[in-house]
Amino acid sequence: MLSLAAALAPVHQRYLLEARQMQALSFGVHIPLVAFGIAFPAMVLFVEWLYHRTGDPVYRTLAQRWSKVAIALFAVGVITGTILSFEMGLLWPNFTATFGGVFGLGFAIEGFSFFMEAIFLGIYVYGWQRLSPRAHMLSGIPVVITGFTGSLMVISVNAWMNHPTGFALRAGRVIDVDPLHALFGNPYLWSELIHMYVAGYMVTGFLVAGAYAFGRLRGRWGRYERAALAIPLTIACLAAPVQVLIGDWVARDVAVDQPVKLAAIEGLYRTTDGASEHLLGWYTDHQVRYGVAIPHLLSLLAFHSWDARVRGLATVPAAQRPPVNVVRIAFQLMVSIGTMLALLGLVYLVVRIRRRRLPGSAWFYRAAVLAGPLATVALIAGWVTTEVGRQPWVVYRVMPTSAAVTGAGGIPVGYGALVVTYLALAVAVAWILRRLARAPMPGKGPAIATRAGS
Amino acid sequence: MLATIPLVFVLAGLVLYVVLAGADFGAGLWLALSGPGERGARIREHAHRSMAPVWEANHVWLIFVLTVTWTAYPAFFGSVASTLGAALLLAGLGIILRGASYALRAGADGRRGRRAIDTAFAIASLVTPFSLGAAAGAIASERVPVGNAAGAEFTSWLNPTSVAIGVLAVVFAAYLAAVYLAADAGRVGDAELEAAFRRRALVSGFLAGAVAAATLVVVHSDARGLYDGLVQGGALATVIVSGLAGLITLALVRAGRLQLARVSAALAVAAVIAGWALARYPTLLPGLSVDRAAASHDTLVTLIVAVVAGGVLLFPSLGLLFGLLLRGRFDEGAAHTGAGAAGIAAGARPRALVAAGVGAGRGAVALLIAGVGLLNVAGAPWAHGIGVTALLGAVVLGFVAIVPAMASEAL
Ligand code: HDD
Ligand code: HEM
Ligand code: HEM
Repeated sequence: MLSLAAALAPVHQRYLLEARQMQALSFGVHIPLVAFGIAFPAMVLFVEWLYHRTGDPVYRTLAQRWSKVAIALFAVGVITGTILSFEMGLLWPNFTATFGGVFGLGFAIEGFSFFMEAIFLGIYVYGWQRLSPRAHMLSGIPVVITGFTGSLMVISVNAWMNHPTGFALRAGRVIDVDPLHALFGNPYLWSELIHMYVAGYMVTGFLVAGAYAFGRLRGRWGRYERAALAIPLTIACLAAPVQVLIGDWVARDVAVDQPVKLAAIEGLYRTTDGASEHLLGWYTDHQVRYGVAIPHLLSLLAFHSWDARVRGLATVPAAQRPPVNVVRIAFQLMVSIGTMLALLGLVYLVVRIRRRRLPGSAWFYRAAVLAGPLATVALIAGWVTTEVGRQPWVVYRVMPTSAAVTGAGGIPVGYGALVVTYLALAVAVAWILRRLARAPMPGKGPAIATRAGS
Repeated sequence: MLATIPLVFVLAGLVLYVVLAGADFGAGLWLALSGPGERGARIREHAHRSMAPVWEANHVWLIFVLTVTWTAYPAFFGSVASTLGAALLLAGLGIILRGASYALRAGADGRRGRRAIDTAFAIASLVTPFSLGAAAGAIASERVPVGNAAGAEFTSWLNPTSVAIGVLAVVFAAYLAAVYLAADAGRVGDAELEAAFRRRALVSGFLAGAVAAATLVVVHSDARGLYDGLVQGGALATVIVSGLAGLITLALVRAGRLQLARVSAALAVAAVIAGWALARYPTLLPGLSVDRAAASHDTLVTLIVAVVAGGVLLFPSLGLLFGLLLRGRFDEGAAHTGAGAAGIAAGARPRALVAAGVGAGRGAVALLIAGVGLLNVAGAPWAHGIGVTALLGAVVLGFVAIVPAMASEAL
């Protein structure tokens, strides 16, 4: 491979694995919160719009209560995101030092997006009843837009790491940097972005709806609860089947641009014409054991052709292969959950369209309670597929993760501190969500009479 | 020249972070020092309420500083972050505590719960300014060499200069917060609180001045190069400006001109940071000049354009936020009067919603079929682009078809 002259001299780091786990942990905490940043503002705003349209105070109550949840989760998203920014330097200083000039712009623009998000979320949440209805609705719109641009920017960086362009290497040095091309001229960006964006709606929709589905199983089922369940559930149930179609698109992009990752996802050792797809099983001794093989399906799915050639892991030296089972299991988890959620979504849509009502069976609501956590698992599993599947590279086929890592000691200490902090944070978030859920409902007076507490 | 412009952005961002977020952290200190009883509770309530709508926006200045730095001066960022990892980790943990306490405060109503949260916040308010100040001291006193964790892991930021600057940062945060909170109390017309915070502002202001003077003495013996840079040319001028601005601020606080006092306090901070930069320019780290550290020409140009364009969006928005805050629009009693929420409802229009729903449903099915064809069957990139747009459109139309109709059926 090209040998890269990193900006700082690479050092040996005994705790590279711990550094990777620390990064993974921080992402695992941040990304579900981000899903709310992507999708929740739009839902809150829609409910407020419904209130203005119908004058029905149930919707106002709902929008106000949700906006409090939104700002609490946003605050936690901000701090976990800040930790990620720190980790760009604390864990991977050489990655940033070498390529900051190529990808850094994405984060810099993202900074402005966060600014707008924080500003207008503040105005929206603290402006209930204090701004005119129109001004209040308008102040929510930038929050919806920045939820999109924020993920656009981060994903442009991640897409670049997976499919690096926009620079050249001469004698190992990074030259001819074209940051705009690197970030936005990257064909890989769009499938990743849309897949993540839709995942954000699925995760938020199923989790929010799940809370009320749980309430229904416990007998809480008034008009308020029905509205609070139906809106996010409809969004998530529409998004779920579409996500499977988008996932197919993502997979085909991976097949073209990152053949080794695809090979890891499928556990394919030897380059094969008309490769079969293996469901389940365990990869060992260069093959998938105990799995179900479906002939030709892999070639068909990845390249739309019966006999297409699929590259295997054997095409790169062993040191350049990702850990196959982690990637494979993560991928299969995502796809199986995605398929189940799509089916759940179809059931809901059929009942809704045919019978013009919400499903009645308790089993449906039990499934709906599970759907949120499952979607979150799929979200993380998808990122594991992407990130672990790219290993051992941090910049695909340009910079190995081991050359990016910090030379500082104390990674295990930092890791331990972070684990404790995140655990405390999880307890705190659970506590606050319970508090917000138990806050008394405002009175059922006429639309204008009830005031929001602050 | 080009290579210096992002540095100006970074320094400006740093000033804004210190002035704005510094005051947030300082408010956390006053929470801890608020004393028991009803009065203490009122002080805490006030400190919290004044900061809640703006703290997230204030915090983003730090993100701005980080991202511009790593884009424009990647090797500088990598060297600093790896040598000062421990200090930055501490600062990061403090930031988590602080943010979590804001999030939690929103849901806590019992007094006991709030007290525990305030304590966490106060710890964060000590740890984060101190660590960031100490890290700045490490850079200023040339203790961060170029390289991957090439400097000393602890003594780089635990040394006389760093500790002095760290303490200065904490005291300064408390001072800024007291000035700000006094002004805010005056705005909502609470004379007792205003007096309480003015007293705090005066005390912490004197303390800040004393610590600043002591810091100069420490720097003189511990980091002679920095000291020599500070007492000549433009840097000396800024040090003098800073001292004067500090004195003027105290006088303004005494006279009760609190809004003006905020401005001059900010000026004092800005002068300190500018002085530091002038004393060192054009050196970022030993052996690393601004020009050598800078990213490539294209990156710098794009970054500058992006920051300027972002600023065009950002500053009016910030103006809006702070304008609303300072005009009291987020205050407890500031309900919107006028047409009221029902104003744009203009009567419910359920039937129109249902009618729109049927059309939207058909559209959704059509888009779904088109989308599958173009995204999942076809192979060309352009087809994928249209196809995925069609699928997203199908989701939106499907939603329009189902939910508004459902809402009008009153579920
Ligand atoms: C609710 C979440 C969710 C669901 C149900 C699915 N995905 Fe996914 N997937 C993600 C959430 C996700 C993600 C977390 O958002 C990832 C990580 C990186 C990315 O772009 O999206 C991802 C990545 C990802 C990748 C790797 C992309 C890369 O390496 O860059 C592939 C090949 C797929 N997905 C394919 C699918 C397929 C075929 C699905 C069909 C059932 C599917 N995903 C459902
Ligand atoms: C920019 C957007 C990025 C996203 C969205 C992203 C996402 C993720 C996620 C979700 C994980 C967790 C995998 C798991 O849970 O096991 C992960 C792991 C990891 N990420 Fe990234 N990442 C990004 C950037 C980075 C950067 C900047 C680095 C730094 C070099 C990096 C290096 C790693 C490493 C080393 C791991 C651990 C992989 C392993 O355990 O084998 N990623 N990433
Ligand atoms: C290396 C990777 C990442 C870094 C450095 C990072 C950094 C940050 C930071 C600093 C914040 C707080 C912004 C503020 O102060 O308002 C944040 C929040 C956010 N991040 Fe990340 N992030 C990363 C990964 C991701 C990923 C994978 C996504 C989604 C695709 C994402 C999307 C968002 C969004 C939408 C927010 C807004 C806050 C919220 O809604 O919770 N980020 N991120």
